[in-house]
Amino acid sequence: MAIKYIGLSEINGPLVMLDNVSGISYDEIAKIKLDNGTERLARVVELSGDKAVLQVFEGTTGLSLKNTETQFKGKPMELPLSTEMLGRVFSGSGKPIDGLGDIFPDKFADINGKPLNPVHRVYPRNYINTGISSIDALITLIRGQKLPIFSGSGLSHNKLAVQIVRQARIAEENGQEFAVVFGAMGVQNDVAEYFRRSFEETGVLQKVVMFLNLSNDPIIERILTPRCALTAAEYLAFEHDMHILVILSDITSYAEALREFSSSKGEIPGRKGYPGYLYSDLASLYERAGIIDSAKGSVTQIPILTMPNDDITHPVPDLTGYITEGQIVLDRGLDTTGVYPPVSVLPSLSRLMKDGIGEGYTREDHSSVSNQLFASYAKVQDARALASVIGEEELSAGDKDYLRFGTLFEKYFLCQSFDENRSIDETLDLGWELLSTLPRSELDRVDEEHLNRFYDNEKAKIKFGL
Amino acid sequence: MNTIYSINGPVVKVRDTKDFQMLEMVYVGNRRLIGEVIGVTSELTTIQVYEGTSGLTVGEPVTPTGAQMSVTLGPGIISNMFDGIERPLKELGRKTGAFIEDGTEVSSIDMEKQYDVTVTVSVGDSLSSGQIYATCPETEIVQHRCMLSPYIKGGKVTYTAPNGRYRVGDTVVKIDCDGEETELSLCQKWPIRTPRPIAKRLPLTRPLITGQRIIDTVVPVAKGGAAAIPGGFGTGKTMTQHQLAKWCDADIIVYIGCGERGNEMTQVLEEFSELIDPKTQRPLTDRTVLIANTSNMPVAAREASIYTGITLAEYYRDMGYHIAIMADSTSRWAEALREISGRLEEMPAEEGFPAYLPSRLSEFYERAGYVNTLSGKEGSVTIIGAVSPQGSDFSEPVTQNTKRFVRCFWALDKSLAYARHYPAINWTMSYSEYNDDLSDYYNKNVAPDFMDKKLRISNILHEETNLMEIVKLMGADVLPDDQKLLIETARVVRVGFLQQNAYHKDDTYVPLKKQYLMMNIILSLYEKAKEALSHKVLVSDIVATGWFEKLIKVKYDIPNDKPEMFDGYEKEMQGDFARLIAQQAEN
Repeated sequence: MAIKYIGLSEINGPLVMLDNVSGISYDEIAKIKLDNGTERLARVVELSGDKAVLQVFEGTTGLSLKNTETQFKGKPMELPLSTEMLGRVFSGSGKPIDGLGDIFPDKFADINGKPLNPVHRVYPRNYINTGISSIDALITLIRGQKLPIFSGSGLSHNKLAVQIVRQARIAEENGQEFAVVFGAMGVQNDVAEYFRRSFEETGVLQKVVMFLNLSNDPIIERILTPRCALTAAEYLAFEHDMHILVILSDITSYAEALREFSSSKGEIPGRKGYPGYLYSDLASLYERAGIIDSAKGSVTQIPILTMPNDDITHPVPDLTGYITEGQIVLDRGLDTTGVYPPVSVLPSLSRLMKDGIGEGYTREDHSSVSNQLFASYAKVQDARALASVIGEEELSAGDKDYLRFGTLFEKYFLCQSFDENRSIDETLDLGWELLSTLPRSELDRVDEEHLNRFYDNEKAKIKFGL
Repeated sequence: MNTIYSINGPVVKVRDTKDFQMLEMVYVGNRRLIGEVIGVTSELTTIQVYEGTSGLTVGEPVTPTGAQMSVTLGPGIISNMFDGIERPLKELGRKTGAFIEDGTEVSSIDMEKQYDVTVTVSVGDSLSSGQIYATCPETEIVQHRCMLSPYIKGGKVTYTAPNGRYRVGDTVVKIDCDGEETELSLCQKWPIRTPRPIAKRLPLTRPLITGQRIIDTVVPVAKGGAAAIPGGFGTGKTMTQHQLAKWCDADIIVYIGCGERGNEMTQVLEEFSELIDPKTQRPLTDRTVLIANTSNMPVAAREASIYTGITLAEYYRDMGYHIAIMADSTSRWAEALREISGRLEEMPAEEGFPAYLPSRLSEFYERAGYVNTLSGKEGSVTIIGAVSPQGSDFSEPVTQNTKRFVRCFWALDKSLAYARHYPAINWTMSYSEYNDDLSDYYNKNVAPDFMDKKLRISNILHEETNLMEIVKLMGADVLPDDQKLLIETARVVRVGFLQQNAYHKDDTYVPLKKQYLMMNIILSLYEKAKEALSHKVLVSDIVATGWFEKLIKVKYDIPNDKPEMFDGYEKEMQGDFARLIAQQAEN
């Protein structure tokens, strides 16, 4: 017979305190039953002698010091798992909310997961063709990678994520299955609906597991949402050998929920009021991407975060960048000039691409093309800065070449329509055509042999009408 | 019996006990999680737990061990991979599979493995602290030398085992220590937070040769010195550390992945086992120890990982080896300090970091050094610490405090990284205070005018930086010819010399001799071009000779083992410029 504790001793924001408890373990889950018959879930976040501090997932509205009955479950938060989850919609804490009833669980797993032993990881090498030139050529996505999209409010990150899901050929070989796990943290209702509709239109809805914590849902539940999503992803990837793409949106809302919870607990704040453990906490999410040697599946993560005030040095994008294997940065300037996807090439990076491109993966000239495009586009920025001071007319011929290259690059390479799916060959050839508009001597990142094979100034002139 | 009173994240408290020492290692709870005492008052003893505390209950036992947080030192460390508290990850994996479970007990080094031991003392010899009594081959290239623990006073040898195969725990020597017999095996324990004693510190006069041009030539680090690599994300901290770990001329590398990515550690493991060390013809893993405490492993163990790493390094230094430690990243360690400090509700100083951050950083960096060991050998520990500044802002506390305790600073620059100029070490912001100490070495061992040439290269870069201010405002066309020439030459230095391709078979490691010859030929071009200019040759004609482009590619075109090819270049260049001047005279 489990003990029930009547009443509470203190309520503070999302936290409640209980006195005279015993045998409670840290991180354990409790069920709080209100006298009106409703139930809420809570988690033990601090124990001190016979006092326990619990965070209530659904919020403390309506709780009083005497209208509750608390019962401890004796184990940490667990998520029921089964392949039936595909095609279903769950709340942020893993309860089905699509009206189709509970799933029949195959097993339960602790949502906090366990750290992956580095000796059992398999280093990710297989690239994922997304059909988007800027990503495939310059920021290549690798299966098992965690590659966030750094965006800002009002930019087309959602559209880009949907395009990646639709076009990404993530599991073409060996007939392995592909699925998407979508975790929404604090997103608006219509954004969640946009994702659902897009998945439906592309015919992948039956392959999607959705965990929704909308912007008006309780913040404590938001802290659980990515953990539930990743637990489901790990289960499908490592026990059912599926290739899973996890999309988490929006990490900034998640971090704000964490800050709210931390301050109500009275913890000492670090930078901008975020708790000192924000790095470790974000790492406990992002590090759950990867491939292990005992399963055929993989977990690839594309977290989306909106940079407050487009500031890349804000703690959330900053710490994220230190954990993830690169980043895709979207740029407001490009967006306003009508470039879609507005990928800001220079600060974007894929750390794993160096081992997943080239001969046997994409094409042997891939790394030359991408290095040269980066280097040349960096010079475009210098030329533009100079042009804004002395005027375009005064520029040297070399700088004018770069200005022209920059415009063409943005118009033909970055810009592509929402339903345009370019093959890697098309993308790389396009890269060479653009580079060919520059004098051959400017291409200092490419070796002679590739230049002889791919550099064709005449053809480029015809193609771009110069 | 002592029991848990409170639990908050990795911090556990025990009430009303006087049984615990400061920094003692303890077992926490029924699952025997490893913890360390970090605060003692008459009412409360505070313990940080090195494993996940999920599921721990108030009232579970806390058992003292009587010893400080220690590591086991003995053969079997090299080419192994440990977590932050010296638990071998392969062994853990064998016990719990792909995911690490809490409360798994494994022995740090394989106690069953046998080694070919040669006892180097005989009965009657006197053996003092730190002296070597036995050796055995640990890997193909590392000879393990068993030393008397500095904690044992020493005495007369009373027994030696015959040479042969022994396990790590077997007694090979007995000594009589003030009438008490002490048995010595192949291993010893050492507390991680205490520096191992040495005989004497020596001046730092030899460079750590890395084969990376910007480091060896422009901002060198001495063997036994300390260097910091600060840089925002994506600027190539890890990449630079990997390059140094692969190519630097230390005998042993200790690579500490402190709060970093799991995939990176897997990459090191994979890559290092495939790469062959050019000096020894053996895989790099044969000289490498990996300590991996990835960002999602418990934070307290991350704090310990730095100390574990440096203790292992000091142990091998005492055997007479040169060790280089790559600590990636010290910022994560500082954050672990902050996180634990926050849980202890200590008064925060700057940005929430504890007030003792500078003293901890200095304690760590001071453990570097070039020393005479107690065993009478020379050894060194060089520390290369990556720093990940918050918001890429070098004025934040960890970068600023690190700067005070290291003498070599390799500042990574975002704009260089954006242009994919790697290594993205900014030549104006970086510095090395070792330059003077090392100049003798370079001048004696590479070329008598090495430092001179290096200074001229630095000056070209410096002048270019000044000129770029003007160019940014008015364009390059307004500059007079000699300045245009300087800018062209500086471009050759930046692209042809400073930028280095880690994926190119020759360019990934460049011997000092070739570095010197490259500087030499670039300066020679600059001289010849200046001379041509004085004969009224146009800058555009000088550039049209193609020599600037040719020297940019010289790093690929002249293989490392064919330095004599530079002479041919020199002759050809001489001819070209003589013709150029002659043509000009004709017109």
